[in-house]
Amino acid sequence: MSHDPFVIAGRTFRSRLMIGTGKFPSPEALRATLDASRAEIVTVALRRADLSNPEGDSILSVIDPAKHLLLPNTSGARTADEAVRLARLARAAGCEPWVKLELTPEPRYLLPDPIETLRAAELLVKDGFVVLPYIQADPILAKRLQEAGTATVMPLGAPIGSNRGVKTRDLIRIIIEQARVPVVVDAGLGAPSHAAESMELGADAVLVNTALADAQDHGAMARAFAMATEAGRMAYLAGLGPIRDTAEASSPLTGFLDSL
Amino acid sequence: MAAEFTLDRELAEWPADRVRAAIAQAGPGDVERALSREDRTPLDLCALLSPHARERLEDLAREAQRLTRWHFGRTIGMYAPIYISNICGADCTYCGYAVRSGNREKRRTLSESELRSECEALAALGYQSVLLLTGEAPSAVNPEQIADAVSVAREYFPSVAVEVYSLDQEHYEKFCRRGLDGVTIYMETYDQETYDRVHLLGQKKDYLYRLNASERAGKAGVRRLSVGALLGLFDWRVDGFWTALHARYLQRVCWQSSISISFPRLRHVPERFHIPALVTDKELVQLILATRLTLPEAGFNLSTRECPEFRDRLIPLGVTMMSAGSSTRPGGYVTYGEETLEQFEIEDPRSPSEVAKVIRNAGYEPVWKDFDYAFDSVPRAEED
Repeated sequence: MSHDPFVIAGRTFRSRLMIGTGKFPSPEALRATLDASRAEIVTVALRRADLSNPEGDSILSVIDPAKHLLLPNTSGARTADEAVRLARLARAAGCEPWVKLELTPEPRYLLPDPIETLRAAELLVKDGFVVLPYIQADPILAKRLQEAGTATVMPLGAPIGSNRGVKTRDLIRIIIEQARVPVVVDAGLGAPSHAAESMELGADAVLVNTALADAQDHGAMARAFAMATEAGRMAYLAGLGPIRDTAEASSPLTGFLDSL
Repeated sequence: MAAEFTLDRELAEWPADRVRAAIAQAGPGDVERALSREDRTPLDLCALLSPHARERLEDLAREAQRLTRWHFGRTIGMYAPIYISNICGADCTYCGYAVRSGNREKRRTLSESELRSECEALAALGYQSVLLLTGEAPSAVNPEQIADAVSVAREYFPSVAVEVYSLDQEHYEKFCRRGLDGVTIYMETYDQETYDRVHLLGQKKDYLYRLNASERAGKAGVRRLSVGALLGLFDWRVDGFWTALHARYLQRVCWQSSISISFPRLRHVPERFHIPALVTDKELVQLILATRLTLPEAGFNLSTRECPEFRDRLIPLGVTMMSAGSSTRPGGYVTYGEETLEQFEIEDPRSPSEVAKVIRNAGYEPVWKDFDYAFDSVPRAEED
């Protein structure tokens, strides 16, 4: 779909599937996933990555700068200050000034802290970063972040790693309807059908990690997610019919009025 | 007004008799229900710890593996201990460091330069996460010296935890300002009577002060809290149950800290001590699996107290952190070799790279770095 470019902060991407790099059993599994998915945006937790030794790092060594945009994320940060420091460190180490904000102070469900996320976004946008915040599916927060100048909003479908699918569907619909920046459904997508569902709703992209890392056949699962993401997008553009609770009569009940 | 939510009240809800009765009453149907549920209750844990669950170990193992992979992926974090002192003022009857174990000539506290040598040696092996340990002796290593040791270690490793005597919240706050991110405190046993019997001297005799130490650390901003019972001191099923209750309590009260659990098993003890409640391999596996099913998101640490064959088999059963190539002597890596007294005998002598290879062969990725210098709790400028 070359006529349907996906643009974030002026940069155009072909793939609408973003990939997270945590939880993979080996660099080979990650490589197979990246190759088969043809993803272009690949996010890496700065706490895991050894930016001082990218060749020796099991995640960074797999990322190909010619094919992938390395999107550093602040996973593990509990406060805006920590996230800002991480982002600046990554930039100082040579990463592009893009950052996926993950402010998850509670380690059990890893739900994002809306207050610290907004504060960090404001600071980082002012500092020249392209900011992609991971957020609750909260339409007002999404608006506040867009006003702060974030490049996307990334509402969760369900808690990170939960594989539960698009549990926040109704709120994500509102976010999409009102968005001025790309909406990326992030977290909780456990099956290709969840990715397709998000795209059918009108999301601009999806981000998947656990479902890919956990697969038996990494290449096949990555391909399945890529196809589902594309299929969902295609269906959205083609115009899905409305969903009704009842059957629609093919012979109109009031058609007789025309013949009277 | 509702009673205050405190750990000792939580534990008082579940006295040993009640836990034992719940375990004894759990039938095959209770085990089945506990296995098939998503959110497991304390009664489910009793069922999973019961003799009937022993018949379903394979099912427990499959579920434990699924939950662990789901939460942690196929990764194992790597860490190493650094003993900064083996001088001890406590007399814990089971411990090789206890003051009455003697060996005065083999007691040492590392100087700063000795600590640096040990840090350099471990950093050269690839470690980015260490655990600093002392005995129960504020007179030998006071809190200020622990804080200094944290600062030194932080120059070599992004992630530094301590396993030292119990302290006040303000001490833990000070350590955090120096870059500490983890505190390990084993309760040894949650059974007060046994606790009192095996801890003969020093501040460690104060059960409640030790019981609440993890909570004080969490409130001070420590990110990783490790708890555990020293298996062998008391009925493993009951202490295991209480450990899980403790972890669950900390998750609620210290909601910004991640909780991990260790399952240290008494093996080699001083001659004067007889292990009152030996735990077999099979029982230890059941405890690990039952705990995983109850606390899917808790980290599980596995030390070199266990032998290589057993450790390797535990990798896919719920473990998330492993130490390797450890020494339990101060200066044991390079400074003093085997001249100093060890706390306990290492059962797995393999090097970190050998253990990492075993982890990879098991289909898991050894993770050396999982923390960053950027995560200091307080900005450097506010250094005290």
